[in-house]
Amino acid sequence: MGKYLIIIVSMVLVNNYPLAQFLGICPFLGVSKDKNSATGMGIAVTFVMTLATAVTWPIQQLLNKFGIGYLQTVVFILVIAALVQLIEMFMKKNMVGLYKSLGVFLPLITTNCAVLGVCISNIDKDLNYPESLFNAFGAGIGFLFAMLLMAGVRGKLEDQSRIPESFRGVPIVLLAAAIMALSFMGFGGMFS
Amino acid sequence: MSEMLIPIVLVFSVGLIASVILAYASKVFYIQEDETYLKLRAELPGANCGGCGYAGCDDYAHALTDDPDGVPCTKCAVGGPSCAEKLAEILGKSADGMEKEVAFVMCNGTTNNAKQLFEYSDIKTCKAAKTVFGGSKACPNGCLGLGDCEAACDFDAIHVIKGVAVVDRSKCTSCSACVKACPNKLIKLVPEAKSKIIVRCHNTQKGADAKKSCAVACIGCGICARTCKFGAITIENNVSVIDHEKCKSCGMCVVKCPTGAIQDMFHTPEQLEKIKKSVAAMEAKEAEKRKQAALEAAAAKKAAAEKAAAEKA
Repeated sequence: MGKYLIIIVSMVLVNNYPLAQFLGICPFLGVSKDKNSATGMGIAVTFVMTLATAVTWPIQQLLNKFGIGYLQTVVFILVIAALVQLIEMFMKKNMVGLYKSLGVFLPLITTNCAVLGVCISNIDKDLNYPESLFNAFGAGIGFLFAMLLMAGVRGKLEDQSRIPESFRGVPIVLLAAAIMALSFMGFGGMFS
Repeated sequence: MSEMLIPIVLVFSVGLIASVILAYASKVFYIQEDETYLKLRAELPGANCGGCGYAGCDDYAHALTDDPDGVPCTKCAVGGPSCAEKLAEILGKSADGMEKEVAFVMCNGTTNNAKQLFEYSDIKTCKAAKTVFGGSKACPNGCLGLGDCEAACDFDAIHVIKGVAVVDRSKCTSCSACVKACPNKLIKLVPEAKSKIIVRCHNTQKGADAKKSCAVACIGCGICARTCKFGAITIENNVSVIDHEKCKSCGMCVVKCPTGAIQDMFHTPEQLEKIKKSVAAMEAKEAEKRKQAALEAAAAKKAAAEKAAAEKA
């Protein structure tokens, strides 16, 4: 059990996807304007990451069996896109509440590099199936965590500080993201 | 051979399985959409411009279906009044207060009219040109004529002609993409039917300076404001502004404007003839009045003189 806990903590703090590995920067900057949409996006990403890993890990074993592991990227994109589409349809029918809160974000995630990234990194790190699942779940939680932090920072920045005109909008967000990434480097070396 | 064949077959079969599953799922998870929603959605133009304030036509149709009393059916600017009427018909309520709006460029500073300060030959966008001393024209508010609005328009309704953007009212859908694109904030939305007579200038310079920078500038002299019988014209920030709600399209201001900044651009020849006649009639009436007043004054003078003479006698 301790092993899995370490995996999750390491994915949330040490190898945080947007802040330490710089994956999924696009939604990190784009959807972090307010806390509600940041939470929605974070939860949707966590959900899809875990499910995508659950599906792609067995497929990788299949690819390896035929000796065509190099086709990983192409096949994964295909599978993840189809999976997200399927989940969207399923949610629309059976989980209307969840669909209403996550629905807008699901199509955005189809082509998210963080989702593909976590699937590929699970294979590269030679993790077994449960480890992969925890790794993906931790990565999603880390993403949610970073999104929420960013939304909080942006909310404060836009309300209460007098930002010089030339820094308003994207520049100040990039600066804030850079400083957050620097502070997350403090966790480096805690676990591998 | 098998080196090639295995990957091809495998990836193909993965794709095939995924597509079969999706096709099957779309049947299993098929949702019967609300009939009203489908009807409403069919009437909306599908431009997904977001002009109504919702995230696309689907979202607006959903909002209308869910709350037909709270959400006004006149929000779609692209569809205009005809679309609003159809939406209202489906929802069983009346569509009133919808007026078609069109974009209007408040500038007539064509290459002949406006004075150029220098030759601008850098990046061909208004936004870039604006950064170089506020544009090459002497007028600080004038149309830069490099077509940012033309590029922004999805409906081919605005074109730069002789250095000034002109809106084709028949094609304009009042999506306000050009209003946002113009770095000089020269374009505004006006009610189509009521804005036949319009100030085609937005020069905020003082009179003499405005006159120097452009031959057809509004110099803020206020003659139009004094001429208007309906109190529709005010001078704001050295520019004449017509309140289209009050304007009766009489055309007096067009006649009186010393620089020709107020224009009658959108009347048909027949309508113009009518307006000319009414203006002439109005002027004749006024001349008559003046004549009458002069006669009366003369008569009063005469009477006073006679009275004085009688008193003397």
